[in-house]
Amino acid sequence: MNVIRPQAAPGRPLAATQGLVDVDIHPRPRSINDYEPWLSAEMRERLNTFGIRPRHGFVKGTPYFKSQPLACRRDAWPAEGTPASDLAFMQEQMLDFHGVDIGVLNPLQPTAQGDQNNPFSVAMAHAVNEWQLATWVERDARLRASVVVPYEDPEASAREIRKRAGDSRFCQVLLMSRTSHPLGNPKYWPIFEAAQDANLPIGIHAFGYSGWAMTNGGWPSFYIEEVSEHATSCQSLVNSLVIEGVLERFPRLRIILIECGFGWLPSVAWRLDKHWPMLKSELPAMKRLPSQQIRDQIWVSTQPIEEPPRPEHLLDCMSWIGWEKILYASDYPHWDFDDPRTAIPSFIPEDKRAAIYGGNARKLYGF
Amino acid sequence: MKHIVAPVAEIPPGERRLVEAHGKRVVVFNLAGEFFALSDRCPHQGGSLAAGPVMGLVESPCPGEYHYGRAGEIIRCPWHAWEFDIRTGKSRFDPRRMKVRAFPACVEKGEALQAETFPVLIEEDYVVVEL
Repeated sequence: MNVIRPQAAPGRPLAATQGLVDVDIHPRPRSINDYEPWLSAEMRERLNTFGIRPRHGFVKGTPYFKSQPLACRRDAWPAEGTPASDLAFMQEQMLDFHGVDIGVLNPLQPTAQGDQNNPFSVAMAHAVNEWQLATWVERDARLRASVVVPYEDPEASAREIRKRAGDSRFCQVLLMSRTSHPLGNPKYWPIFEAAQDANLPIGIHAFGYSGWAMTNGGWPSFYIEEVSEHATSCQSLVNSLVIEGVLERFPRLRIILIECGFGWLPSVAWRLDKHWPMLKSELPAMKRLPSQQIRDQIWVSTQPIEEPPRPEHLLDCMSWIGWEKILYASDYPHWDFDDPRTAIPSFIPEDKRAAIYGGNARKLYGF
Repeated sequence: MKHIVAPVAEIPPGERRLVEAHGKRVVVFNLAGEFFALSDRCPHQGGSLAAGPVMGLVESPCPGEYHYGRAGEIIRCPWHAWEFDIRTGKSRFDPRRMKVRAFPACVEKGEALQAETFPVLIEEDYVVVEL
């Protein structure tokens, strides 16, 4: 375990007495060519000729405008390159300024997770993982990598996870929330099995282009809908993990919902619990109450935290989910970044804030 | 208390400048010759407003009717894109309850200030902020 030393950092919250762990930092390559050292000649050629092809109609860019350029804080652009592509700038603006003890890297784009071309996605996942080590983790001991997997090829994903098992520079497996099948589908079970065997939690980050509209009624028109609908698409994901029996089949599996919100989680569990006694003959193998599975095996991150006008509503949600299940996340360098000093409201009791800032993540990840 | 923050010529129309006076970080804006000063700290999570873009507004009295106006009079926080009226500090989404602190700003003749701070440069005018 790492020793967490309180450091003098102007942007560090005083309540972070059990360390400050940020479970959601998004590093970017300076350019897509940064991955080339770890790609075969064939895959380099594919990357340069065809690029990344997500499962949606917009082959260049994203279907929504993302609020700010590259969806990033406007003050997060270094002198050269894009936000979070420069370690020194990230150290100055985020890690040193806020006194982050440990930061979990979640590379989002461009990584080719969920790409249309499985062999390319497999090659890119390997390259992105090596790039995380060489560019970030080896150069700053506070950072941890995620095992990026080509999740639409679960067997290859399992191989990538087994390859990284036991390497403490990796702290979790990374999936996007929107996959081409509901995530509990048996197709994906090799990923869950390998993660459980490797004793790595699975971080599921909102986003990903699955080829399906994120609502069950078609494509939304606005970014504000996309951002808000992550909550509903994650509800389907949780339903699927429970009902397909993933959490029962892999009881040591730990799931972290990152950037998905969490105010909706209790009501999903209540609804499942209501239906289970009446309909459980469909699912004879399920032994634990759905809400129990969720409370045993699902963690959530704070950013973006719900901000109801009455604080007790948030406290109720958090206490139902479990105070030991909530992890601080900044989402640096994205525009909806949460400053640790202001993100966790002060009406939350101080010992619980300390757990959210660091204690819970240290226990979960074994930091 | 009044603080001299810059010579007028250093903040031309359409420009802004981050200044520190009396321990406060304040952004001073020049809107076509009129000066306004807002706290640099966004009331939401503390993003630096000086690093945000200045813009106008697309306003819509009803669905289907849109017009663009107030160019250069709205500052948007670089973090979560909260927008504030530079003239008043009031937020766009909840102007009555959510605002960034606005300070009176004005231009005063260099002659009037000469005895206090800048005895030499009497020919210049200065932007003055009251904190």
